[in-house]
Amino acid sequence: MADERLKIESVPPKSDWRDPKVEFRKGTFCYSAAGKHLEALDLPNPREWQPTDADWKLPADWKQIILDGMRERLKKYRSFRLFMDICVRCGACADKCHYFLGSNDPKNMPMVRAELLRSVYRRYFTPAGKAFGSLAGGRELTEEVIKEWFYYFYQCSECRRCSVFCPFGIDTAEVTMIGRELLGLLGININWVTKPAADCFRVGNHLGIQPHAFKDSLEFAAEELEEITGIQVDLPINRKGAEVLFIMPSADYFATPHYYTLLGYMSLFHEIGLDFTYSAYASEGGNFGMFTSHEMMKRLNAKIYDEARRLGVKWILGGECGHMWRVLHQYMDTMNGPADFLEPPVSPITGTRFDNARTTRMVHISEFTADLLYHNKLKLDPRRNDRWNVTYHDSCNPARGMGLLEEPRYVLKRSCNNFFEMPANTIREQTFCCGSGSGLGTDENLEIRLRGGFPRANAVRHVHEKHGVNMLACMCAIDKATMPALMEYWVPGVEVAGVHELLGNALVMTGEKERTKDLRGEPLPQPSMAQPQPPAAEVINA
Amino acid sequence: MGPLSSAIGVVALIVLAALAGASEPGRVVLGLVIPYAALATFLAGICYRLVQWALAPVPFRIPTTCGQQKSLPWIKSARLDNPSTGLGAVGRMALEVLLFRSLFRNNQAELYERRFVFGDSKYLWLGALAFHWSLLIVLLRHLRLPVEPVPQFVLALNAVDGFFQIGAPVLYLSNLIVLGALVYLLLRRWRDPQLRYISQFSDYFAPLLLLGIAVSGMLMRYGAGADVVAVKRFAIGLATFQPVLPEGLGLLFWIHLLLVSALAACFPFSKLMHMGGVFLSPTRNLANNSRIKRHINPWNYPVKTHTYAEWEHEFHDKIKAAGIPLDEEQKNG
Repeated sequence: MADERLKIESVPPKSDWRDPKVEFRKGTFCYSAAGKHLEALDLPNPREWQPTDADWKLPADWKQIILDGMRERLKKYRSFRLFMDICVRCGACADKCHYFLGSNDPKNMPMVRAELLRSVYRRYFTPAGKAFGSLAGGRELTEEVIKEWFYYFYQCSECRRCSVFCPFGIDTAEVTMIGRELLGLLGININWVTKPAADCFRVGNHLGIQPHAFKDSLEFAAEELEEITGIQVDLPINRKGAEVLFIMPSADYFATPHYYTLLGYMSLFHEIGLDFTYSAYASEGGNFGMFTSHEMMKRLNAKIYDEARRLGVKWILGGECGHMWRVLHQYMDTMNGPADFLEPPVSPITGTRFDNARTTRMVHISEFTADLLYHNKLKLDPRRNDRWNVTYHDSCNPARGMGLLEEPRYVLKRSCNNFFEMPANTIREQTFCCGSGSGLGTDENLEIRLRGGFPRANAVRHVHEKHGVNMLACMCAIDKATMPALMEYWVPGVEVAGVHELLGNALVMTGEKERTKDLRGEPLPQPSMAQPQPPAAEVINA
Repeated sequence: MGPLSSAIGVVALIVLAALAGASEPGRVVLGLVIPYAALATFLAGICYRLVQWALAPVPFRIPTTCGQQKSLPWIKSARLDNPSTGLGAVGRMALEVLLFRSLFRNNQAELYERRFVFGDSKYLWLGALAFHWSLLIVLLRHLRLPVEPVPQFVLALNAVDGFFQIGAPVLYLSNLIVLGALVYLLLRRWRDPQLRYISQFSDYFAPLLLLGIAVSGMLMRYGAGADVVAVKRFAIGLATFQPVLPEGLGLLFWIHLLLVSALAACFPFSKLMHMGGVFLSPTRNLANNSRIKRHINPWNYPVKTHTYAEWEHEFHDKIKAAGIPLDEEQKNG
């Protein structure tokens, strides 16, 4: 079956890219957002419809709404205006997109994806396009174009890989984000993004887990951890006066394998005696607003600072998540700051001042843990991870919207004896998306997800065959949710784990009982079988 | 549509120049009216576009980070590919503008029997770099025409460019390179199926125009010859706003001049504006310091949020039953 999907032929497309006709084939698109979720968020044009319908029930003046929306955004975002203007179509981005590589649909080449919007921009907003129309690369705005936008702007995971290679830094994520915003003005959204956004807004997290269930979930995790380690950990929730507010993506306390990462956090916080609290109000780090509009991003993100202010904490620690960190790193302070009610973060254990977070005052957990390890504050037994040959998948947003590359590797190399990198063109800033980012991790578009994830899976298969890699470590909730299926399909025999799950496995806790199981509740490798190797600790010198 | 119609466009310009260059009124239009009009369009257009870009704010700090961030002191950060300071960002831009850093990363994904291989692919980078730099050198060498006395650096440039002293007149390397690079870039666009799919009129028109300019210029220098003294008189006249139309400028010259004028006039309204735009790109020219220094969005506006109080109000009983502290209790306690 896998081979069938791989008939990716690189033949020159005969069609003209200006033809907006799209076939909504099952498996390649996402279902529309239900009207009630749009209503919950005060979004325009709530109604029931599906992409396969002939009539999308657009408002009567839909064309004017789009053109006005474009005009407004051209004035508000230099990125948007510039990226509409300066592409020379050199083609460097073409084979950098995982969706193009996996589907060979030419409109998935980043330059073409952007051109779908650019052609309309030219026709209505530039002198050359107004005068010469299609000769100047212009295109009429029709309902077919709107459908085409929907199809291709929801086949982009906003991973920014193309923008690494673009000689002008044109970022398709910016184009897609604006494109989705424009569609949103007509009430065109996908359910997998809008329902979670509505739940985040009202309940606090994208799964709609209410406060009592949030507590249950943590308690259940703590019980399981006690069974494994013999240690009972505290579960401070909404506790005022704690030093640190801890924010994680909600999948960490409700989905597998995220859950084992939560056990890792819990072990770590207990072991170092961190004075912290969870929040049932800000119980979601992930931000589905980012996949809707800049305004929605801000509306959802506001909870984090609001909650930190209410609880009177000193600073904020953030768990493992991808786009969550793009928002926290590049948007939060600008949108909802200044965080002058917090203090510049200082590790209570090592005394390290996190100068790189001195105004936003939120620290990534791998920065925090790497610092602990560097100062030898944790006792690790990496042999407990000896059944895993580990590789690391850089999540798109922390890699290309932040540069968080060494910290997780440092944690992994201290926690695991067997660590192998994937090929250089597929990691770090060149990392390949899981194929399901930016709200596309739903089931109805599984085919496009598996296609989009193919380049990533391919690199995993390389190390799987070469080094026997059987564990794909990552630091993104969407990765953890979607890569198990991706691995099962392309590279059976490789499991997926968070970085702090592997750290938690290796962490020797004070007063723990004799450990026979890892955080998955599976037997630890027998000491006799495990190779007594020195820790693969490697100090990255400045 | 692209290749053919743009070729027709360039040929039409050449024919036009040839026809007009043959008559006195035509020469006035070609030599005086069009160059000034083109120059005015070029300057005004570029200013307009740059101002339009500059007026659009940069609401968020969104650099694409291409290396390790600056975080803990013992982790080496990528100062140029992921700069944390303004100076680093200047360095990143210098690499980008002068050496096409990002294009240098280019690789080519190829599928060999279910396996992707990412081979190095430096030809696009090499072709682009060769084209842009040699074009710049050719442009600078032209300064010997409208400027008298000829600046020292232009003479030096001529000497270096003609270092190999092949033939007489001396063959400039930059001429060969610009020609070769243009042909390579055009052929690449024409032959690569993916690229051809998206290529538009202007993608062929601009390089064909440049090719016409290069070939007519080289024919003047190495082939049919041109009266350099006449050209120089014309150029000085144009530059000092005391235009003259000396005899003996020749057909090739009129073709060359009209094509250059066409290029200049199109420039601000075409993708050639990437020259100015590259400096303003917010994914490249900003330092990655958004957690270190607050970035201000000039149009930041208040939005509707769901406050803690609203949340507590809705889930009050469940929060209480679960034993999670309520705001009220903590205030009193």
